[in-house]
This record gives sequence, C-alpha cells and structure tokens, in this order.
Amino acid sequence: MTRCIKHAALFCALLLLALLVNITRVQVVQAQRYDDNTANRRLVIARYGRPRGAILVGHRPVTGSRDTGEQLRYERTYKNGPLYAPVTGFASQVYGTTFLEHAEDGILSGTDPLLSPFPLWNDVTRAQNPGGEVVTTVDPAAQLAAYEGLGLRKGAVAAVEPSTGRVLALVSAPSYDPAALSGNGLAVERSWRRLNADPDKPMLNRAVRQTYPPGSTFKVVTAAAALDAGVVTDLDEPTRSPDPYRLPGTSTALTNEGDGCADVSLREAFTWSCNTVFAKLGVDVGVADLAATADGFGFNDAGLRIPFSVARSTFDTHVDKAQLALSAIGQYNTRATPLQMAMVAAAVANGGQVPAPYLVERTTTAHGRTVASPGVRNRLRAMSPSTAVRMRELMRDVVERGTGTNAAIPGATVGGKTGTAQHGIGNSGTPYAWFISWAQGERDVEPTVAVAVVVEDASADRTDISGGGTAAPIARAVMEAVLGGRERR
Amino acid sequence: MTKPGTTVAAEYEESPKPWLSEPADPSAPAPRVPRRRGIELALIVVAVLLSVFGYCDVGLAKNGTVPPGAAGYGAGLGVLALLAHLAVRRRAPCADPLLLPIGVLLNGLGLVLIYRLDLETPGHRAAPAQLVWSTVGVALFIVVVVLLRDHRVLQRYAYVCVAAALVLLTLPIFFPAVNGARIWIRIAGFSFQPGEFAKVLLAVFFAAYLAANRGALAYTGRRIWRFSRLQLPTGRVLGPIVAIWLLSVGVLVLERDLGTSLLFFGLFVVLLYVATGRTGWIAVGLLLAALGAFAVGTLEPHVHSRVEDWLHPFATIEAGQGPNQLSQSLFAFAAGGILGTGLGLGHSILIGFAAKSDFILATAGEELGLAGLSAIVILYALLVERGYRAGLSLRDPFGRLLAVGLASIVALQVFVIAGGVSGLIPLTGMAMPFLAQGGSSVVTNWIIVALLIRISDSARRQHNEVDDGQRTP
Repeated sequence: MTRCIKHAALFCALLLLALLVNITRVQVVQAQRYDDNTANRRLVIARYGRPRGAILVGHRPVTGSRDTGEQLRYERTYKNGPLYAPVTGFASQVYGTTFLEHAEDGILSGTDPLLSPFPLWNDVTRAQNPGGEVVTTVDPAAQLAAYEGLGLRKGAVAAVEPSTGRVLALVSAPSYDPAALSGNGLAVERSWRRLNADPDKPMLNRAVRQTYPPGSTFKVVTAAAALDAGVVTDLDEPTRSPDPYRLPGTSTALTNEGDGCADVSLREAFTWSCNTVFAKLGVDVGVADLAATADGFGFNDAGLRIPFSVARSTFDTHVDKAQLALSAIGQYNTRATPLQMAMVAAAVANGGQVPAPYLVERTTTAHGRTVASPGVRNRLRAMSPSTAVRMRELMRDVVERGTGTNAAIPGATVGGKTGTAQHGIGNSGTPYAWFISWAQGERDVEPTVAVAVVVEDASADRTDISGGGTAAPIARAVMEAVLGGRERR
Repeated sequence: MTKPGTTVAAEYEESPKPWLSEPADPSAPAPRVPRRRGIELALIVVAVLLSVFGYCDVGLAKNGTVPPGAAGYGAGLGVLALLAHLAVRRRAPCADPLLLPIGVLLNGLGLVLIYRLDLETPGHRAAPAQLVWSTVGVALFIVVVVLLRDHRVLQRYAYVCVAAALVLLTLPIFFPAVNGARIWIRIAGFSFQPGEFAKVLLAVFFAAYLAANRGALAYTGRRIWRFSRLQLPTGRVLGPIVAIWLLSVGVLVLERDLGTSLLFFGLFVVLLYVATGRTGWIAVGLLLAALGAFAVGTLEPHVHSRVEDWLHPFATIEAGQGPNQLSQSLFAFAAGGILGTGLGLGHSILIGFAAKSDFILATAGEELGLAGLSAIVILYALLVERGYRAGLSLRDPFGRLLAVGLASIVALQVFVIAGGVSGLIPLTGMAMPFLAQGGSSVVTNWIIVALLIRISDSARRQHNEVDDGQRTP
C-alpha cells in the first residue's frame, strides 16, 4: 500500500507541476501575445490611467488632463482648443488620436521606450513612465494673428521659418474644440456626429490635409524654372508673348484680368500676374524641367511628415501642351497644400534651399530630460542661389508696387505673390484667394518668416476675391507677429 | 521548494524518518516525536501578518491610505487562527505543524483578493460574507478537532456518510439552476453548494469501504484474460461502490456540475488503486475517463461549448463578440507577468461576474505575478504532501485511505480549477480551495484540514505510544 500511496502522491505532484509549467507558459512565454491582443482592454486602460503629457506652445502647455475616476480615467483638456486644433488634433477615448496627439502618442502616453531611464529594467518591472512633453515650434503670436485674420472665413494659414523649416503657424478655419471629443460619454458621441455632419468640415486640417489649386502663386515655381532653365535670362527683357494666348493645339484663348500683358518682361508679368506670359513660359520650359523644379519645391512628395503626414501636393507630368500651359499658372491638375506653398515662399527666402518643415522642436520626459530633437534637415535645392536672388527681387516688386501691396510692412523687406485660383466645373466655384510671402526684419540678416494664406470664402462678393485684397492682410498680420516677436526678444 | 514535484518526490528519497517507515520497526529505538506547536504558532503569526500586509497594500494602492478596517481584519483573522491553534494544542498536540498555517494563509489571502475585487464592484460586496463563512469554517475546524478524538470512529459511520452525501447531492435538483449549473440550495437568503460537503462524506465512505474490502477486491474474482494481471473482483464486492460512484456522478452530470464529477471520478480511481495496489485500475480508470470525457464533450452542449472555448479561447474575439471569460482570464494572467502588477493595480474585474469565485486565481496571477502564483501553488502542494505524509505514517488502512483521499481532493480540485482558468484543460466550474468566494467551499476545506490534523496527530501519536510502550514495558 505504501508504494501505491507514493505513486498517488507522485501523480498529484505531476498534476501541480503541470499547472506551474502551464502558468509559466501563459505568464511568460505567451504574455506578450496576450497583452497585444486588440480585445485586451488593459492597454487602453493603462493608456488613460495616467495623465497624458502636455503639448507646449511657446513654453506654455496648451493641453491638460482631467481626472474622471472612471475606468478610462484621465480625459484630455485643451486651452484655446480651436486655435491649436490643427496642431494638437484630438485625443479621445472613443475616437483615437489625430495630428500631434497621434504622431507623438508614444511620448505623450508614456509608452515610448525612450522615456524610461533603464529600458530593460522597466521591461521586467513593467513600470510605466509618466507621459512626456512635446515642445512645438509654433509661435503663439503668429498662430493667433493667423486665426484672427481668417476670422469667420474658411481657409488656412501655414507659416514656416525659411532657414530652418520650423513651422511657426498652422491654422485652419473654421475650427473646433478638440475637448468636445475627450472622454467617452454620450456627449462625445454627439459632438463626433455633429462635427462630422457639419458641411464646413471643422475637423479638416486645411493647412496640411487639403490641397487647393495654387493659382498664380504657382508662378513662383514657373518663374524659377524658367530662370534656372535659361529660358529667361534677363528679368527686364520682353518675353515675346501674345495677349490673349491661344493654348497650343486648341482654340481656347487665355486672357488676363488686366490689360498690358502682351510681350512684357518677366518682372512686369510677375508683378501684375500675367497668365498669358506664364502659360507660354511653362510651355517654353517644357514639362520635364518644370516638373523637376516643382518636385524640388516638394510637389509630388507623398512622404512628407512634420511629424504627422502632409497631403501630397501634385504637379501632373502626363500633360499635353495646353494642359502644361494651364498647369504652369497653377490650374489644371496642379494642387498644393497651404504648407507646401509656404515652403515655396521659404525656398525663395532661403536662397533656393527648401527647408524640411517640422512642428516638434523636441520631446522630453516628464522631468524635462530631452528625448529627441529633430533639428534642421535640408531638402533638395529647388533652384540655384542666383535664381533665388532674382526671385526675391520679383516677389519684392509684387509687394512694393504690384498686386500685393496690402502685405507691405513698414521697416521690413517683404516679398509676396498673389493668387486667385479658379475651380469647380467650368470654374463655377467661388475662386480661392491665395497669398504667399516672406519677410525680413530691419535688423535681420535673412528672411525670418514665410507664409501661405488661402481663403475659400463663399460668402464674399466674387469680384472682391483676390489674393491681394483678402489673403495678403492676413499674411501681413502673421509676418508682423513673427517680426514683432523677434523685435521684442 | 522550487517545484511541488521535487517536494513530494524528494521526501521519500531521503532516509526515512522514524515515523515514516511502515510498519514501524519495533526493535529500533526511536526518539520521541517533537510536537512543534511553537513552530505552528510562529507560522500562523507570519500567515496573519502576510494577510494584513496584503490588506493594507490593497488600500494603499487603491486609495493611498491604509484601509480603516485593517486592524479589525488583522485582529479577526488573528483571533480565529489563535483559537484554532489552541484547539490543536489542546486536542491534537502531535499534529503536523504546517497544515493549520497553510489554511490560515490561503484563507487570509483569499479574503484579501475578494476584498480587493469588492472595491471594483461597490454595489456587491462579498468579503464580509466570506469572513463570516471563514469564521464558521474555523469554528467547525475546532469542533472537529475537539470532538473527533480518533479518526477511526468515522469508519463506523460510513453508510451514514454515503446516505447523507447522496441526499445532499440530490437536493439541488429541486432548486433552480444558477448560471447553467443546478448545484445550489437556497434557503432563507442563504445559499450553499451541498456537493462541497458531499465530497468529504464520499471520501470517508470510499476509504471505509475500500479499507474493509481491499483484500477481496485485490485477490478474488476472475481474471479478464488468462494471462492478464488484471483481476476483476466479484460483483458482490465491487458492485455497491461502483453503484454509489455511478449514482453520484450521474446526479452531478444531471446537475451539470462537471468539476465535481471529475473530482469524484479521480478520487475513486486513486483510492481504488491505493487500496488494491493494482495498476490495472489506473489503466481502466484512464480509459473510462477518456471515453466519458469524449462522450460528454461531444454530446452535451454545455460541456461541448466549454471544450470549444478551451481549444479556441479567442474564437469570440475573432467573431467580433468580444473576449469571453476564459480569454479575459488569460489576459489577466499575461498582464501579471513574472512579478505581477501589485495588489489592487490589476484589471481582472474585466473577467466579469465569476472573478471572485471560479476565476479568483486570475486576480492572483495578475496582481501577484508568476512569483506569487507559484507560491500559492506550492502552498497547495505542501498541503497535499502533508496529507500524503500523514497517510504514509499511519498504520490503519482506513486512516491511510482517508488521508490520501482528502489530500487528493485538494490536489485534484486545485488542478481542475487552476488548469481550467489558465487554459490547460477545459473549464469546469469549481472553487479554488480557501481562495475563492463561496461559503460551502471554505467550510468544507476547513473540515478537510481538521481531519488531516486529526489524522496526522494520530499518526505521530502512534509512534510516541509505541516508543512509550517500549520504554515502560
């Protein structure tokens, strides 16, 4: 009997041993797989279990956290939510995250392994780091100027620092308060439905996710291509272009808003925005060179991230000559985001180099230790430095005596280009008013701000819409804010 | 003490302790067995302190303060444990000193876990009731230790026990099913599971019957084949016990209490094997178990779904219906990892309504981690091992079989439920001894520990008596 009791004991021991082996399998070997299962709510509970790190604008947090005591505990709050919504995006328990809240989620929620001082040790203890902070490049004064400048009109503003690519302002109007999407109550669901049903699309980030026909502002690209390709060598030489200009291979005649565009110099054509001259120039330069220059400015690049992705601006290369002529004046399939057009202005201001735009100055731990700082990265050269010098001259003329006088700032050097983009079937839509510009303060050695403004105001009188009248004052306000900020500093 | 396997196995590879050798060599002068009540007391203090620390830890983690009831809880558990200790000291002075502290620690830990889960379900508190049932359990423990002077008395009541067990098992049929199983009796707001008590009664009956008939079972009857070693006992001897076993398992299947029927089956096979010493019984047992499991698993829809859940724990997730209890349990275990999240910091409440009862081990796994869970399994292993040890050192077959039976009940129960919630075997509803919420279970397990105390006391006292006898012939 003793032998049998011992066998039975061994049997019990084996049962319990099997238990231990299986528990080890579940808790150690399979643990990661179970943790990562999408149906496992622990990840999302842990995510909202601590206050989210702050997003900083001008050294001040524009976000906060509210403790609800519920299962998904901390809800995001926003200061000046509508003003910064295109930068921060929202962080919702129900609807996820967008823009910086999304792109820097690892840092903000504390899950980024870079946040832990001893990564391996934290893996063992499963300690959770408090959320880190994201310091943005946004200039609060410029952001506010752009937001107030747009006012109740639909549109967007993007401003960058030409030498570095730091994004100084990113505004989209109409906007919304991301705080309305924080949490997981019924009110959040109602806000979500209301915002999505709104015909004005307040959640659309027009500055980076909407492309518009750039209209005449694209003439900056065409002019740079013409100068770089040697099609035009002297700014003041007549361009031998007819008015009206018959689009090659068609019977369609292209005209201008004003008179006196026939056979004018590039300088005059640029200053007064002659469509006929630039349409012909585009055809003269040819699709290859024009496309190469456009690509150099950043068109057709689907991979741009600042760190959230920016919609692709397009310059179509599969075109006949008539389409190329239209493309060269920013129509046909040419489309650009406001940020892309700010990059165009910045390239001119920056001696032909296009700075890679970025929105995050650096990310830090909750205790202020820097985790990462993207720094300045230069993209490809858009044009030669000598072309850039001449382009600056052209853009300055626009503001000093051309269509963009509304952007002039006393005591500062300002270059700009207006644009009025036709769109809709048979150009039936209300045209978009564009203005792109850069400005250099009296005591600055180089331009310190480049801006793109687009206003898609449906309520304004159609004849009143022009880049110079509607968009230029907004650009001026933004540039003044940046220059003024530098003066004060 | 790293693995339970080595714990038990190592015991009998060591040079045999004097009270372990069977039958005691009358010529060998053995020293008087130390009573070790002081060690028991010290271990009880440690067990109570561990529980109180756990209680404080939960409060600190959840609210940042020591819970207001910490002192009361500690005092209550301490007084209960002390009373039990005094009873053992008075009435079973030679008993194994590990049994009671293990019971106290597991019960205390269970109360902590239930209290911790109560914080997530403010409308439904289970810890106070569990504390009351624990008190009843300890009270019954004391009653058993004080009133039952010799375990052999139970042998006389074998048929009373089996009658009572069958009545208890049958009763729930007349009460409504709860969560698919008809295993509850509800009287005046109180509910209990008679199956829990029935297993102790059945263990007593099996032990008594097999002890009385083991000779006939082992050595009479016909061989199945001419050369086979398996001898079929005569129907007259085997008949009654098989009938009783079939009856109880049948009733349980009717009540859909799968865990307990599995337990009864295992208990029956183990005791039959130990009593007759015939390996063939194990083969027959395993064969029957496999056949039965296959038949029930394919034919019974309730069981079939459990088997499906076991094979595909994430099927409901893939079907878009969200995680089921088992996958939530697996998530909880995985979330604990090696060191656990810490008491009060896990989310095992996601498991749902059974988190405090059947799935209590998932909370332990998540908040105490693999480290804490291993400690708990080792505590059970020690309890089982101590039961077997008492059985080995006894000389009367009934006592030996009873000790083996009671220890096996604990082992099988732990295996079935822990294996179920951790995905080792299909899930069958059963209570984790001492840990899980459930009055009948706590009370029954205290009675099991009381009986083991009594048996281990007898086992070691026998040797002392023999020794005394030798010294004063």
